[in-house]
Amino acid sequence: MTAVARVYRWEVAKLLAQKRTYLGLGAAIAVPIIFVVVLVLKSGGPNDVPLGRYIRDTGLAVPFVVLFFMSIWGLPLITALVAGDIVASETQNGTLKTILTRSRDRGEVFAGKVLATATYTIALVFAMGLVGLVAGSLAWGFHPLTSLSGTTVSPGHGLALLLASLGIYVLPLAGIAAFGVMLSTVTRNSAASVVGALMWALLMQLLGVLPGTESIRPYLLGTQFDAWHGFLRVPADWVPVTRALWVCALYIGIPLVAAYLVFLRRDVAGE
Amino acid sequence: MSPAPPVEARGLVKRYGDIVAVDHVDLVVEPADVFGYLGPNGAGKTTSLRMLLGLIRPTAGSARLFGHDPLIDGAKALAGVAGFVEGPRFYPYLSGRRNLELLADYDDPVSRPRIDEVLGLVELRDRAKDRVGGYSHGMRQRLGIAAALLRSPRLLLLDEPTTGLDPAGMRDMRDLVRRLASDGITILLSSHLLYEVEELCNRVAIIRKGRIVYQGALSELLATAASTYRLRPLEPERAAAALLAQPGIDAVESRDGELLFTADEDAVAALTVALGRARIGFTALVPERASLEELFLGMTDGESSDHDRVAEVAV
Repeated sequence: MTAVARVYRWEVAKLLAQKRTYLGLGAAIAVPIIFVVVLVLKSGGPNDVPLGRYIRDTGLAVPFVVLFFMSIWGLPLITALVAGDIVASETQNGTLKTILTRSRDRGEVFAGKVLATATYTIALVFAMGLVGLVAGSLAWGFHPLTSLSGTTVSPGHGLALLLASLGIYVLPLAGIAAFGVMLSTVTRNSAASVVGALMWALLMQLLGVLPGTESIRPYLLGTQFDAWHGFLRVPADWVPVTRALWVCALYIGIPLVAAYLVFLRRDVAGE
Repeated sequence: MSPAPPVEARGLVKRYGDIVAVDHVDLVVEPADVFGYLGPNGAGKTTSLRMLLGLIRPTAGSARLFGHDPLIDGAKALAGVAGFVEGPRFYPYLSGRRNLELLADYDDPVSRPRIDEVLGLVELRDRAKDRVGGYSHGMRQRLGIAAALLRSPRLLLLDEPTTGLDPAGMRDMRDLVRRLASDGITILLSSHLLYEVEELCNRVAIIRKGRIVYQGALSELLATAASTYRLRPLEPERAAAALLAQPGIDAVESRDGELLFTADEDAVAALTVALGRARIGFTALVPERASLEELFLGMTDGESSDHDRVAEVAV
């Protein structure tokens, strides 16, 4: 096993030993279940959101609708909870100096932490999506899905579209996570980093709805949460998807490079 | 060329704004030394150790461990080196054993096979399955030693290893340090406890306000100060007159029928001959061994950050 893989394995093990990880994962799983239960018990539905009108037609529609609602602050908060803590908690506990006085270089430790954060982010999105799918299918069955273009999509194809959508949806969330990791490294304060990363996400959402921001809107992080719409059109619209790829690469890359440079040079002292 | 010493710091400076925490510290620890790094709290001991371990960047100067600078060579400079600064820290939500497994996996080569051995050495095998969050301070200190020993170090850096321990814990820790030293591990141990350093160390550096005020063999340090002698003569008055007449004998003082004076060893030897010739008998002539404590308080102006420390020093 390479050095980074060993660090990564332990970073994941540490996440699995902490309550906040389960708090985040639990919330991500609970939301679609609650959503389905409420819709089973009550009439009416989220008719204004993409695929909202078809939510009782098939379980396949549920995760897409949940993705929309969770993009506003739910998933950003749950992501920030771990990303903002990943370096800062070790500074505050003094364990950073413990691991930095072994044989691992700072770059390897940082890489392990970033990979673990990415793993958590991916796990959140897919856990939420798949639980939504299962809960929705139990309630309303696993039937064909109506695409955003109004065509009918077979359940098998719909499932593939869901997985692709979850995949592209991870990217803007990873942008928020990267921002959280940067704050976590720079501020050394867990709470400040969690709140700061959430504020960053909300700011991106806010900019997207303010008048006069139309020209920058396609390049805001919040907009990329809708990139999956491209998959749900017939034929598929690749413009939002490819834009999400490179825009998110910047939102992920820039904070991570900054954090990496700070982490390599910073003094590890006190707590 | 002789091999690089375990620790070699040259002109080490650490400045925080206007505060100079460490001011041009030169430190050399030779193989098999048990080196005491002594100073009051806040003198710059921990900051120095942090720079040695590459945890913080010196404002100026360099630190080398076995010839490798952690700033240049990164973690590779710590090969053969282990220890802790400011007390060992662990993941409270993992067990003692899991913490060691984690740290073992961060070592090159992976040091897992030694976990049982080091847990036994620090007598933590029974509690290894418990979360560190429930450990006492003493247990964490011991786990810190275990974590360091996992690396099979040739150099051990220990920052105040007995601080906060109860008397039995302190004794156990010192026994452990002695045992490790007898195994040939070079040890750099910081402490504000004089008797601890006197008991364990062969060489010392004394730091005060970020500056080294003494560095060398402990025996030499004590010897330089051991220039006061006490004479118990049968005839004090005649003896006092003889002392005053003798070259190289200074600061003669009479106390309870005994005479105290300062002199170097040659002058003392000459004095015994002179006393014999003058037929002045005496029952004792002994060097007054200055304790490290007196020396230390002299060098550091008796400063200390709080009263507890003074009380400990006075033990």
